[in-house]
Amino acid sequence: MEPFLRIEGVSKFFGQFQAVKDVSLTIAKGEIFSLLGGSGCGKTTLLRMLAGFETPSAGRIFLDGEDLADVPAYARPIHMMFQSYALFPHMTVAKNISYGLKYENMTPAQRKDRLREMLDLVQLTPYADRKPHQISGGQRQRVALARALARQPKLLLLDEPLAALDKKLREHTQFELMSIQARTGVTFIVVTHDQEEAMTLSDRIAVMDKGSVQQIGSPTAIYEYPNSRFVAGFIGSITTFAATVAALNGDQVRLHVADFGAEITARAIENLNVGQEVVLALRPEKLHISHDCTLEGNVIAGQVKDLAYFGKDSLYRIVLPSGALVSAHMVNASRGSGTRADWDDNVFLSFDPASAIVLPA
Amino acid sequence: MIGWFHRRGWSDIIIALPYLWLVVLFLIPFAIVVGISLSTRTVTAPPIGFGGDNPWVSLSSYARLFQDDLYLRAFFTSITNAFVAMILCLAIGYPMALGLTRVSRNWRNILLMLVILPFWTSFLLRVYAWMGLMSKNSWFNEMLRDSWNFLVPVNWAVTFVPMMYSNFAVVLVMVYTYLPFMILPLFASLERLDPVLDEAAFDLGSRPWQVFVDITLPQSIPGIIAGGLLVFIPAAGELVIPSLVGDTRAPMIGRVISDTFSSARDWPMAAAVAVVLLLLMVVPMMVYSHYQAKGGAR
Repeated sequence: MEPFLRIEGVSKFFGQFQAVKDVSLTIAKGEIFSLLGGSGCGKTTLLRMLAGFETPSAGRIFLDGEDLADVPAYARPIHMMFQSYALFPHMTVAKNISYGLKYENMTPAQRKDRLREMLDLVQLTPYADRKPHQISGGQRQRVALARALARQPKLLLLDEPLAALDKKLREHTQFELMSIQARTGVTFIVVTHDQEEAMTLSDRIAVMDKGSVQQIGSPTAIYEYPNSRFVAGFIGSITTFAATVAALNGDQVRLHVADFGAEITARAIENLNVGQEVVLALRPEKLHISHDCTLEGNVIAGQVKDLAYFGKDSLYRIVLPSGALVSAHMVNASRGSGTRADWDDNVFLSFDPASAIVLPA
Repeated sequence: MIGWFHRRGWSDIIIALPYLWLVVLFLIPFAIVVGISLSTRTVTAPPIGFGGDNPWVSLSSYARLFQDDLYLRAFFTSITNAFVAMILCLAIGYPMALGLTRVSRNWRNILLMLVILPFWTSFLLRVYAWMGLMSKNSWFNEMLRDSWNFLVPVNWAVTFVPMMYSNFAVVLVMVYTYLPFMILPLFASLERLDPVLDEAAFDLGSRPWQVFVDITLPQSIPGIIAGGLLVFIPAAGELVIPSLVGDTRAPMIGRVISDTFSSARDWPMAAAVAVVLLLLMVVPMMVYSHYQAKGGAR
């Protein structure tokens, strides 16, 4: 079956600088898809090409089987929610929301119905006659969303939708966005630099760096099975160690890690050979700290160098005999467990072989 | 040292200075003009007198102003010329100001320089340059004449293009002179507009000219009003341009005031015309400050 949105080998040059490098991806109808990456990774340029504000230097974009190359921005069934919201300051909330309907072939009554429906969807009916400067930031965000949805787009582009909101409002708005998406069934493409925002909102994420897509997958796949050091480091935190493949055993691999002075077991990835240099990446929450050495699995010894107690959890920094530092994160699941290990205590770290991430060097 | 401005006395003096300026150089002279307009003409020096009869002041100058069609026609000519000049300045200046906001920063600085460049030469010199161009025997006039004669039937042919000493010449030179006063406030208001708003309107299905009408134009109204007033007010009271290139049979009000004051030595009449002109100008100013106050609340 033809995918809903197909981006095919799209590149964009600004002079000598290549902002987007040969990006290909497909997005299904009704999906919330995130483009995640730091500033300058090309995610915004890709979004602007979808909206029609930039023309791809190479490659093609198909929406619902239609090539968008010759379709100008105003004729695309794609609408955008701008990062700054870009509300028209000289128009009321109602005028802003119904602006997209102005040149549509609709009767005044149909326009009015649609406006009422949209005001209702974002719960702004009492504010219809206010100007954008007379409402709060969260309300402005909802006006921008309603304005973009009013014309019933096939695809909605959201540029950093939560970036301008404070922390409390973000969480609330996040769930609201998801519920509005579920109710309207519109396909969402979200551009964000915030990994948490991408993880919670999206069905799938494309992690971008330096203009190209590094990995595409569900939030779980991206977090638990990153395919590169960049993706592993960008999503969540990791501690990395240089390692050498000592032995291969089915879906498990024995790694010699110089910093541990020992061999450990980890889940294997494809195309590994004995003697190959790889990277072992450990996530802080996958490590378990204990005072005794009777633990199962991979065990390494170390000393507590630093600890930060946050109440519900604690973060430890453990120094290994080689001098390397490992971060470990413990949930304080029972009272007193926060004082399990103290500064300068000698402790043992253990982790499950399945939780250790092996990455190509 | 740091708090010297806030020390009692200093701050009051500094804040009072502009008001003092206004009182000494505007309010007091204006009060004198109003006073003169209420006097009657005499043969003394100065040629004004406040009669011993009752009433003590005289409104006869104002009465004459509304009876003598010389003054009414002069007001009409002035306001029409100023209005036409303002509309032409807007029509020429708006695309230029919009263009200035759309070019690269380097180009913008060069083009802004070019807009202001005419101020570096004497204003009179520039008016004389136009007089040279428009006069009967100039190369410019001959060029226009030849192209006219080439394009129209023989019996419409002319020996020169009559441009000088007409309202056309006055409006042309006023448009040329006051164009920067239109462009600069327009540019200032257009430059403040967020280009993302244009993109948002495009994105919502509007074609380029619809974006202009719906988004750019309504947001630049304060700039249009500011530029319009900066052109209209001095143009309505303009003395030099109509004196040099204008139609002497249909003088503008500035010329009438000047002639009434100096040649006719009718100070009360000249003062009365000046007071009415000022009142006419105050009305658009009040409209402007009303819009300013509304814009400030945004």
